[in-house]
Amino acid sequence: MNEVSVLIGGKAGDGINSAGAMAAQLLNHLGYRIYLYFDYPSLIRGGHNFAIVRGRETATGTCGMKADFILALDQETVERHKDAGKTDTAVIFNTDVVKASGQGIPVREILAAEQAPGIMGNSAVIGGFAKAAGIPWKTVEAVFSSHIPKGTEQNLRVARRAYDMLETVHPIPPCDNPPVPLLTGNEAIGLGMVNGGLEAYVSYPMTPSSGTLHFLAEEQENLGITVVHPENEIAVILMALGFASAGKRAAVGTSGGGFCLMTEGLSLAGMAELPVVIFMSQRTGPSTGLPTYTGQADLLFVQHAGQGEFPRLIVAPGSTEEALYWSEAAMHIAWEFQIPAFILSDKTLSEGTYSTDLSLIPVIPQGDPVVWDKTAPYRRYADMPSGISPLAFPGTGGAVVKVNSYAHDESGITTEEADLVTQMTRKRLRKEEGLRQAMNRYPQVTVSGNPSAPVALLCWGSTAGVCEEVAGPLGLRVVRPVVLSPFPAEPLKKVLEGAGTVIAVEENATAQLATLAGQHGITCRKKILRYDGRPFTPEYLREKIREVLS
Amino acid sequence: MTGRPMITDVKNTWCPGCGNFSIQHTLKNVLADIEKDGQSLDNVVLVSGIGCHAKIADYLNINSFYSLHGRTIPVATGIKLANPDLTVICCSGDGDSYAEGLDHLLFAAKRNIDITVIVHNNRVYGLTTGQYTPTSPRGFKGKSTPAGTREDPFNPLELMLAGGATYVARGYSKKMDLLRTLIREGIGHRGFAFIDVLQICATFFPATDYYSPRVYDLSGHDRSDFNSACIKAREWDYNGDAPIALGTFYQKSSPVFEEKMSARNKGAMEREQAIRDLLKTRT
Repeated sequence: MNEVSVLIGGKAGDGINSAGAMAAQLLNHLGYRIYLYFDYPSLIRGGHNFAIVRGRETATGTCGMKADFILALDQETVERHKDAGKTDTAVIFNTDVVKASGQGIPVREILAAEQAPGIMGNSAVIGGFAKAAGIPWKTVEAVFSSHIPKGTEQNLRVARRAYDMLETVHPIPPCDNPPVPLLTGNEAIGLGMVNGGLEAYVSYPMTPSSGTLHFLAEEQENLGITVVHPENEIAVILMALGFASAGKRAAVGTSGGGFCLMTEGLSLAGMAELPVVIFMSQRTGPSTGLPTYTGQADLLFVQHAGQGEFPRLIVAPGSTEEALYWSEAAMHIAWEFQIPAFILSDKTLSEGTYSTDLSLIPVIPQGDPVVWDKTAPYRRYADMPSGISPLAFPGTGGAVVKVNSYAHDESGITTEEADLVTQMTRKRLRKEEGLRQAMNRYPQVTVSGNPSAPVALLCWGSTAGVCEEVAGPLGLRVVRPVVLSPFPAEPLKKVLEGAGTVIAVEENATAQLATLAGQHGITCRKKILRYDGRPFTPEYLREKIREVLS
Repeated sequence: MTGRPMITDVKNTWCPGCGNFSIQHTLKNVLADIEKDGQSLDNVVLVSGIGCHAKIADYLNINSFYSLHGRTIPVATGIKLANPDLTVICCSGDGDSYAEGLDHLLFAAKRNIDITVIVHNNRVYGLTTGQYTPTSPRGFKGKSTPAGTREDPFNPLELMLAGGATYVARGYSKKMDLLRTLIREGIGHRGFAFIDVLQICATFFPATDYYSPRVYDLSGHDRSDFNSACIKAREWDYNGDAPIALGTFYQKSSPVFEEKMSARNKGAMEREQAIRDLLKTRT
C-alpha cells in the first residue's frame, strides 16, 4: 500500500500548521487519504512546533513518528527529530537558519529575487518539497490556486524557484482516489451541528475545543448562526439553555476545566428537560494539565457529571466522517428527547486534519421533536407515556410556558410532594428507555479488522484510526462503541462474541471504558494505556500489543 | 391569551409583611398596564433565580424560567438573543445577582442587552434562614457571621454605573407608586435596565424604621448626567447614615446587544449551499 509521512518542524510562529496544511493538500491531490497531527506547546512564540502529515492509500486517522520527508524550518527540528529519520528520508531545510545534510533552500535569497514578503517563505519550502517528492508542477499550481487565494501568483513564483533548485529524491506515486475535503475534527463537529439545525453556538475559548468556536465565528454569516463568547462557562451553558427554552437549537463547546463550571447547568438541563448539545474536547488532565496535548480521561466524568439522575446521550466519534454524522445526530436526539447530548472529542480528533469522504456518511434516522398541538391548557411537563412532553415556547399564543429547576408538577410549578416527585422522576427516566430503543436505529458500535478473531481491541473515540490500522495486519478484531450513554451493552456483547481476550486500548491511566464495560459484564483481560498526552502511534501500539499477548 | 388571571392558584409562602408581596403586586399591575397598551403577555418571559424572591415565578401566571441561584441573567440573555421580540424581565435576589452571579450582572450591563433586572434587595439571605449578603451593613449579625460581618457592603448602583448600565434606578418596597413607575420605565427602556429595590425582609431584616425616614424622591435630578448620577449613587453607601435617594439615577440611549448579535436566519437550502461551498475550499 502506498503511504508517505512528512514531518514539518519549526518555531512557534513559523506557520508550521499552514505549511502542514499545504503539504496535506498536495498529497490530497495526489490521491492520498490524509491525517495531519499538529504538536505544539502551550505558548505563542518560541517553542518547537511540528506537524506530521500522513498520506495513505486508504483512510487513516493516525501517524507514526518515522518520516519519509523532514522539512526543517529551524535547527531544532533536525536535532529533535533525529529518530524520525529512516535511511532514505529526504531532509529539506531552510539554509538561512539550518545546517543539515540533505537539500537546502536559500529562502531569503528566493524571497529577495521575487521581492516577496517573509510570510511567503514557506511557499519556497513547499515548492522544494514538491520537487523532492516528484509532485507534478501542475498539481502544485492547482493546490496553490485553491488554497492561497491572496497573492497566488507571487507565492507560485517563490515556490517555482525552489522547485527548480531541488532534485527529485523520493518520488511519491499517485493513488487513484479523487481529492476530498480536509477537515479538522473541530470543523467537522461544527458543520455536523449546523447540519443538525444549530442556531446558536455559545462557547468560552479552551483548547482543544476553541477551533470550533473560531470556525463557527468566522462562518457565522455564511451559515446563518449566532455565535456568542460570554464571560465564563457558567454563562455559556445557561445562555444555551435560555436559547433552548425560547425554541432555538443551541450548542456549547469546552474542555474539561470549562465543563467543570458547566455541571450545574447540565443538571438544570436534565431537570428542566432542555435540549442542549455539549461538545467536550478532552485534553491531558487533571486540572490545567497539558493544555495542548491529548487524553481520554473524562469519559466517566461526563457520564456522571451533574447532581441527580437524568438521561443523557454521549457519543464519541472517531473520524471526521463520524464527527459530521454524530454531531448532527446529537442535535436531533437532544431535541427529540429534550435531553443534554454530548459530543466527546479529544485533541487528536479536534485538532487533527482528516480526509473527509462525504460518501461514507450514512443517512441519519432522524426523529422529530414533539410539538404542542394547542390543546389547552399547555403543560410544559405533561406526563406522556414516552416521558416526552410536547414543546411550546414563549410567544406561542395560549400557552403559559413554565420552565423550572425545582422539582415541579406537569405545569412546571414547584412541588415538594412525595408522590408527584416520584411520578416526575419516573417520567424523566422513561425518556432513557425510549432513547435506548431509538439508539438501536443508529450504528452505535463499530467492528473492524477480523470480526471473528479471538483477540479484540476495545477502544473509543480518536484511537479508532490507530487501532484499525494496527489490528488489520495482525489479524485482530477492533470493537468500538461510538455511543457511550446509554451504554450499548447488548450490541457490544454481540460483536465481542467469541473474543477470548479483550484488550482495552485507552489514552487514560485507569481504563475508563473498560470500567464502564465491566459494569455491564464485559471483562477486559488486558489493558494498553497511554497517558503522557501523546496519541498512540502505530509503532507504539504494535509493540504494546506484542507485549500483552506474549 | 388576554384577560388571563395574573396570579396562579399556588399557595403563597412568603412571610406576612414580606416586601416581595409589594414587588409582585407592582409587577402584576405593570403587566396589566402593558396588556392594556396592546402588547400580548404571551411575549413576556419572567426569569428568576433561587431565593425567596424567586417564588414569584410560581405565583405570576406568565411564561417563566425558574433558573439557578445567580443565573437569572445568562438565561435571560439567551432568551432575548433567541427571540428579540420577547420582553424579558429578571427577578433576582441580592444573593443571586450581587454574590453568586455578580459577573453576569456586570456583563449584562456591559453588553447593553435589552432585559430588565429587578433586584429584590432585602440585604439578607432569607430562604437559607439569615446570612449576610454583599449589601448587608458592616457588622451584620447573621448565622454565618454571629460576631458581625467584617466587610463593608458594596454599592450596587455604583457598580452598575461603572459597568455601563443604560438605565439605573432604585426603588423601595414601601413606595409602590414609584416602584410601578420605575419598573414600567425599565421595561420600556431599550437596553439594559437595572432596578435595585430595597425590600423589607419581615423575618430576618425588618428595616422599615431605618429606610422610611431616610428615603426621598430624586425628582428634579438630570438622569442624562452621568457624573451627577454617580454623586447621587454615592450619597448613601448601603452602610452609613445618609439620605437614601429613590428614582431613576441614570438613563441613556445606546445600541442594544441583540441587534448586533442576532444572525440572519438562512433556509435549509441556502445553508446546504453554504456548506457545499465551504467544503470546496477545503478540497
